[in-house]
Amino acid sequence: MYKKFMAAFGAAALLAGAAQAADLSGAGATFPAPVYAKWAETYKAQTGVGLNYQAIGSGGGIKQIKAKTVDFGASDKPLKYEDLLAAGLYQFPTVIGGVVPIMNLPGAKPGSIKLTGAVLADIYLGKINRWNAPQIKALNPGLPLPNLPITVVHRSDGSGTSFLFTSYLAAKSPEWAQKVGASDSVQWPTGLGGKGNDGVSAFVKQTVGSIGYVEYAYAKQNNAVYASMQNKAGKFVLPAAANFAAAATGAAWGKSAGNYVLLIDQPGANTWPITGATFILLYREQDNAAAGQGVLKFFDWAYKNGDADAAKLDYVPLPLAVKNIMRKQWATIIKSGGKPVYVSK
Amino acid sequence: MTALAVSETPIKPRGARGEMLFRAACFSAATLLLAALAGVVISLAIGGWPAFKAFGFGFFTSSEWNPVTEVYGAAGPIVGTLITAFLSLLVALPLALGVAVFLVEFCPRPIANPIGVAVELLAGIPSIVYGMWGLFVFAPWFAQHVQLPLVMSAEPGSWMDKLFSGVPNGANIFTASMILAIMILPYMSAVFRELFMTVPAQVREAAYGLGCTPFEVIRSVIIPYVSKGVVGVVMLGLGRALGETMAVTFIIGNAHGFPHSLFDSGSTIASTIANEFTEATGEMHTAALVALGLVLFLITFAVLAVARLLLRGQKH
Repeated sequence: MYKKFMAAFGAAALLAGAAQAADLSGAGATFPAPVYAKWAETYKAQTGVGLNYQAIGSGGGIKQIKAKTVDFGASDKPLKYEDLLAAGLYQFPTVIGGVVPIMNLPGAKPGSIKLTGAVLADIYLGKINRWNAPQIKALNPGLPLPNLPITVVHRSDGSGTSFLFTSYLAAKSPEWAQKVGASDSVQWPTGLGGKGNDGVSAFVKQTVGSIGYVEYAYAKQNNAVYASMQNKAGKFVLPAAANFAAAATGAAWGKSAGNYVLLIDQPGANTWPITGATFILLYREQDNAAAGQGVLKFFDWAYKNGDADAAKLDYVPLPLAVKNIMRKQWATIIKSGGKPVYVSK
Repeated sequence: MTALAVSETPIKPRGARGEMLFRAACFSAATLLLAALAGVVISLAIGGWPAFKAFGFGFFTSSEWNPVTEVYGAAGPIVGTLITAFLSLLVALPLALGVAVFLVEFCPRPIANPIGVAVELLAGIPSIVYGMWGLFVFAPWFAQHVQLPLVMSAEPGSWMDKLFSGVPNGANIFTASMILAIMILPYMSAVFRELFMTVPAQVREAAYGLGCTPFEVIRSVIIPYVSKGVVGVVMLGLGRALGETMAVTFIIGNAHGFPHSLFDSGSTIASTIANEFTEATGEMHTAALVALGLVLFLITFAVLAVARLLLRGQKH
């Protein structure tokens, strides 16, 4: 909650400063809004250039950039390369977040319950509906699992968190992929929906035997009882900043067209399997070279100086190698009248 | 003759220009509102048209709501909206009548006004606050002290079991209706109070003079006297309950499809729009949500139209 309040204050401060000329404008995803606000505050103090970021949701961000009412859009899920090209857009990641299954189970401690993607999918499909089901028992030998019905809790609002979570389930369970699929909001086979991370977390706290999923930052700040998940290497890992960063390091940035990279189920011994980056959208061909340059300058500055702030707000900064790939792409892709608008030094 | 000569120039009434301006301002205020209303309806119809065209009448009858396959049916939210609105009215109506009757008939004058103001203050609480209170305080309390005992006392397979089944955490259509009832209560009791005060003192005193008890006076004299107004108040309360968004979104459980019991989670039109609009990227998804908005508009409009109809011919 604290983080959100600070974000709101930050946004208000930004709005107040937006009247000045040459300020940057952006709109979109709510998930990275607090860190964008924090970066903007420091950036303004150092350079005098403000940023007016409206956290209106990824869908709104995509619509706004397409309507060219903002300098950049922001989305929690990457756009497909062909969609990007069709709209003349380019995308790059800024920070990483992870999704963490949380639960309310008597006797369970953070990380004590081990789950796999397939079992998680079966729980969310309603096929596994008791905590002492043989599939869960097999993963947690020796743990006393009660004969308690599992109450499934999911996000009711469309969100990048749900997109990552359902993408992961779809990757690990063919049945989920076929019956439900992956999206910001899906037709949930079972369970009840809470609004936002707060809503999911409240329902999980209030319902004995429930399981839900929230953003990593939220799980950490609320001391939720999270599960440890099996990753691609077969190891059970805990949600921790280093394990999210591991997912980004192993991913095929640069090779995948248009940076369409889902950090789902990435290789690596310590990689947390439900990870994702949040993205910035801007036009490949800038009508206004100064605006494009301002946006890239800001994010280059954030890449360089923003990691500490991001970590303080429980976001995971991008690995340096990924940042350098993006810097190179900016110089070759974002142009105005055939010339690059900004080259990172 | 010359003595009678009067100036031939027409006499301008005092402040004629000001009056004209005043008239024009009032006229444009009224027409602007109408134009805005028409604009909203038209843009909702245009925005929702793709959904109506793609799903036809099935949009109203199907409860399938699947953003992945882009198949949308609004039956679940429509039913949820109607159930929660009527259930909340069922609870709020007797309470609001009770509050108003007490304030007008029984309450000592010096404290009637403070209580009246306090009730009206309830109306000023933002709905999101009701939502948070519902989610963090009311729902857990309700689950533990009402829902669980009811579920446990019900015999498996009995009608009680069917009526009370559901996840015992207080996020369901019943608790959402209760929160709604609390929200519409102040509006309704405030208007009831005003209505009861329009009853002439002679009428009331005559009834008492005939030896009526207070209950008889209220049941047989006051309520019949303002009966049409009562209908109007009910409709206004209903209109507000239909459109309430944030408080319901927090506590209704947000499951698409038909609720199967009183304690099952559901969704309303307003909560569905609030939940999904910000992240709706697909054209059809947006269209379906806008179409939902139009449906809600029409339902509310129908309720208000009925209220108007019933209020027509009201003497007061």
